[in-house]
Amino acid sequence: MIEGIFVEGLIFSIMALGILISFRLLDLADLTCDGSVATGAAVAAISITSGLPITVSILLAFLSGVLCGLVTAAIHNHLHIPGLLAGILTMTMLYSVNLRVLGNKANLPLVKVDTMYRVFPKLFSFVSPEAASLLGTLLCIVVIKVILDLFFHSDLGISLGALGGNEQVVISLGMSPAVLKYVGLGLSNGLIALSGALLAQYQGFADASLGTGMVVQGLAAIMIGEFLFRTNRISMITLRVVLGSIIYKGLMYFGRKYGYIIGITPNDFKLLTGMLVIISLVIASTRTRAAEDSARKKALQKTKGDR
Amino acid sequence: MLEIKHVTKVFFPGTVNEKVALEDINLCVNEGDVVSVIGSNGSGKSTLFNMIAGTFPVTGGTITLDGKDITKAPEYRRAFYIGRIFQDPTKGTSGNMSIRDNMTLSLKKGMKGLTFTYNSEKKTLFQKLLEPIGLENRLDDNVGLLSGGQRQALTLIMACMSHPRLLLLDEHTAALDPGNAKTVMELTEEYIRKNHLTAMMVTHNMQQAIDFGNRLIMMDEGHIIMNVSGDEKKSLTVPLLIERFRQIRKKEYTTDETLLTV
Repeated sequence: MIEGIFVEGLIFSIMALGILISFRLLDLADLTCDGSVATGAAVAAISITSGLPITVSILLAFLSGVLCGLVTAAIHNHLHIPGLLAGILTMTMLYSVNLRVLGNKANLPLVKVDTMYRVFPKLFSFVSPEAASLLGTLLCIVVIKVILDLFFHSDLGISLGALGGNEQVVISLGMSPAVLKYVGLGLSNGLIALSGALLAQYQGFADASLGTGMVVQGLAAIMIGEFLFRTNRISMITLRVVLGSIIYKGLMYFGRKYGYIIGITPNDFKLLTGMLVIISLVIASTRTRAAEDSARKKALQKTKGDR
Repeated sequence: MLEIKHVTKVFFPGTVNEKVALEDINLCVNEGDVVSVIGSNGSGKSTLFNMIAGTFPVTGGTITLDGKDITKAPEYRRAFYIGRIFQDPTKGTSGNMSIRDNMTLSLKKGMKGLTFTYNSEKKTLFQKLLEPIGLENRLDDNVGLLSGGQRQALTLIMACMSHPRLLLLDEHTAALDPGNAKTVMELTEEYIRKNHLTAMMVTHNMQQAIDFGNRLIMMDEGHIIMNVSGDEKKSLTVPLLIERFRQIRKKEYTTDETLLTV
């Protein structure tokens, strides 16, 4: 069972990495995520059941997510509406699209077909099936994390970081912010859909309402990660997100298992996740204020000492 | 080199808030010119810079740079040839990135690809460029940790790295304390001289305007009311400038200092 938490957390962390790109690096509140995670799951499920190889299915899921991100970026860039509204529009439209992709059904079970999580135990037959699933997922995450870290060290990746910090700088450097937003939101939603594709295979079905509340859960994971340690290095930031995701899933697991003692049911999880995000925000702002306060006091003492 | 012809800018046209910020501006800046632009608040200096840089579109008229019509080019396209430094030191650099990353991006203008430009050779180059402002050993530090003066000096270095055809300085020392302002100003003059740049500088400070460059433009209510260069500029003093301003506008101001600071 402990392997289950880790596998869920690792799959979840791919989505959290996507949310990290839009919310933290681009500083663009993108809600497409709630839709694109389900799109990824739906596309992967339908591709696998129709007999495509698993790798091709996963690639298709990634590309479908990229497409979702591009739609949001296009609405945001060309109609000059806030990213928040653009994301909500795409997310809402995606709900219908996802039902279509699933063949007008609310969910599609992945039975009697080979999925990643049926292949892993065969591939790593030297360990137990649960451990094999964990090993396979871990390998996927390591590859994704390394590629992502490399990308954010490239000139294009650095430019994306600059866009979030200060749009004027990007313009002054002769780059179009619109193009960078296409790249950033495309990559972000591609990762989110990839996470959906893995999740569908792990739980054995794709569901049109899979994505409800995912943004908030992803943010919770990112914020838990931010409490772990301070850093400005991208490889450490991505590591922090992965760890935060696993901790979040762990918390949810213990909530499910022992929550009944204090009367918590899985129905309460969305409320609790939201509260977790709010508490994180409160702690973060209190911390900043405390730091400013102590700096102010120090400055005051210094001026007194000078006199 | 830079030719501004009949440029007009009207804000909120057709509404009760309609405001003519620039009216039929004509200006020609030649290669190697260093122009200081002076004027009171609301005279149109900043609007003129925004028109040249492309932040807002012009209402009428044309702007050409090196014979190319750039009137309709978007701001990021013009940035290939025009470097700009703002009054706000946080605008020119990305605070959440290291000095190294900031400088790597400014090596070349335009969209970046999946390349890794930074290497040991670039490191030596950056350190050499940073030496005059004493930041050569802080390449990995976040720009957000620097003081306003250091940030503005870094912006200046970054703007000069890509050899812009025209450098726009938008009151770039106004937000700094006097000491830092002096250092940044000296650096600015040194870089312009060393790199043979063509530059325009907006300032509120008349003495600075007189000391800087080979040309001086005074603006008022959306017009260029004075355009001096060469020996005529060299002989200018602050009282003379105020006197000329009065003569041209035929206005009596109780305190000139409220309009222009000495």
